[in-house]
Amino acid sequence: MMLKVSNLVTHYGTSQALFGVDLELGAGQVATLLGRNGMGKTTTINSIMGVVPASSGSITFEGTELVGRPSFKTANLGLGLVPEGRQIFPNLSMWENLVATSSNHLKITNPWTVERIFDLFPELATRKGSMGNLLSGGEQQMLAIGRALMTNPKLLILDEATEGLAPLVRQKIWAALNLVREQGMSILVVDKNLKDLLRIADRNFIIERGKIVWSGTSDELRKDRDALHRYLGV
Amino acid sequence: MKNMTKTGWITVIGMVMLAILPPYFLLNGHAFYMDLALRLVILGIAAVSLNLLLGHGGMVSFGHAAFIGLGAYAVGIPSYHATWGGFDLIASYNGLLHLALAIGVSALFALITGAISLRTKGVYFLMITMAFGQMAFFLFQSLDVYNGDDGLTIDVRSELPFINLDSPMQLYGLSYVSLVIAMLMVKIIVNSRFGMVLQGAKDNNERMVTLGYNTYFYRLTAYVISGAMCGYAGFLLGNFTTFISPDMMHWTRSGELMFMVILGGASTALGPILGSSVFILMEEVLSSFTIFWHLPFGLMLIGLVLFVRGGLMGLFKGKGE
Repeated sequence: MMLKVSNLVTHYGTSQALFGVDLELGAGQVATLLGRNGMGKTTTINSIMGVVPASSGSITFEGTELVGRPSFKTANLGLGLVPEGRQIFPNLSMWENLVATSSNHLKITNPWTVERIFDLFPELATRKGSMGNLLSGGEQQMLAIGRALMTNPKLLILDEATEGLAPLVRQKIWAALNLVREQGMSILVVDKNLKDLLRIADRNFIIERGKIVWSGTSDELRKDRDALHRYLGV
Repeated sequence: MKNMTKTGWITVIGMVMLAILPPYFLLNGHAFYMDLALRLVILGIAAVSLNLLLGHGGMVSFGHAAFIGLGAYAVGIPSYHATWGGFDLIASYNGLLHLALAIGVSALFALITGAISLRTKGVYFLMITMAFGQMAFFLFQSLDVYNGDDGLTIDVRSELPFINLDSPMQLYGLSYVSLVIAMLMVKIIVNSRFGMVLQGAKDNNERMVTLGYNTYFYRLTAYVISGAMCGYAGFLLGNFTTFISPDMMHWTRSGELMFMVILGGASTALGPILGSSVFILMEEVLSSFTIFWHLPFGLMLIGLVLFVRGGLMGLFKGKGE
């Protein structure tokens, strides 16, 4: 398994947010983390990335333990995060946002370049010099994905991949993620657009009150009306 | 040239004026204006160095004057011992030794204090840098051998090859070229990937860290570069004033430097120099009218902060800048 989360427990101060999360993701696979608001999706992602320290449990990436590891060292193992709310650097231009973060710690033979990002998202090519805070929501999300890809990750983690975006822009994002997946990248994605998610996912995990309560393939989830209704309100 | 922004033009015009006017005044017998310009240019270098931290790195250092003092004492102490004996290891009028000491000691002080200070954030960073600055101030205040609080007179200026620092024109030439180099250095740093990471960390440190950057290292490097640059300004200031005292390191001096950067416009190339120019000129002009010159000066600054975005350089910004 590329990513293996076992019995992950995370606290914010004295308040417990995760109660033993277990999930697995194989190389080249796409997994989704589903659940209603406040159930622990972002906390799980932040714990994987080391932004929020895990209290106990284990997170391994290609056999390397991530718990207790500083965020930048975790990222350098090949984990690229597209955070919730995009969090573009507002005082850097679009081009600088991409260049500032580019790295190839894993010495990948065909690394991501600004040109490849522009091929993936042609919309960005025309906004090269625009400051980060002057981009539209869709452009910012494309840039956030591009910025994460410029670190040449093996696993791309997206928190709310298409939140607040117009349907047309959402389709562009999903199309781009499909392309990235076809190139062999593993993806862990959180989003609310279930229809689009199930189309792309190999495996789905539903989190409820800080614990994984359901996991299975997209077909299994489509058929499990009870799980859809009980955990996702569909 | 065609693509130059309005602020770019202002920067070029300002720097050309600084290159021409002070020598012109000196040649026409107005040595006072040359003195004023020398102070302005030297403090401009210190302000440019602080701008790298404050404007581009978002690190509000309140102890930057300590580096000026260290740089100045790197001239004063070897020169003092060369004149009066003792401390043979460094007793010398050799300007290159003074220069190496000014930059080396300042960089080392920045490395040690930065390594500790940068583990804190926001107001705590401000307080801890001020505390380190005050530590340097009290250290030199307690050194009776160098006259403590009364300060030290530099009898012989640093002796540099090809440059005679006793000549105001040559000292100004060196200071001006140093200022231009300092500005270019900061510009190169800011436009490099290192600078982009620094600015990105200023915007959102956590995000930069999760993208794989150990921003602590980047900030510490910037802190050391800035400290060394400010120490160099101290080297020039010591040679200019030929009198140094711990007062140069006092936290109020750090506050003045910060004022200059914010007044002129943080994170702009000319802002720190514009700020130091206005600060020094206003100090001269207003203090000739009243001993309470701080009051109108303060009111002016409050007005500027309230109504002009981005300091004085904000006034000159063109559309889209």
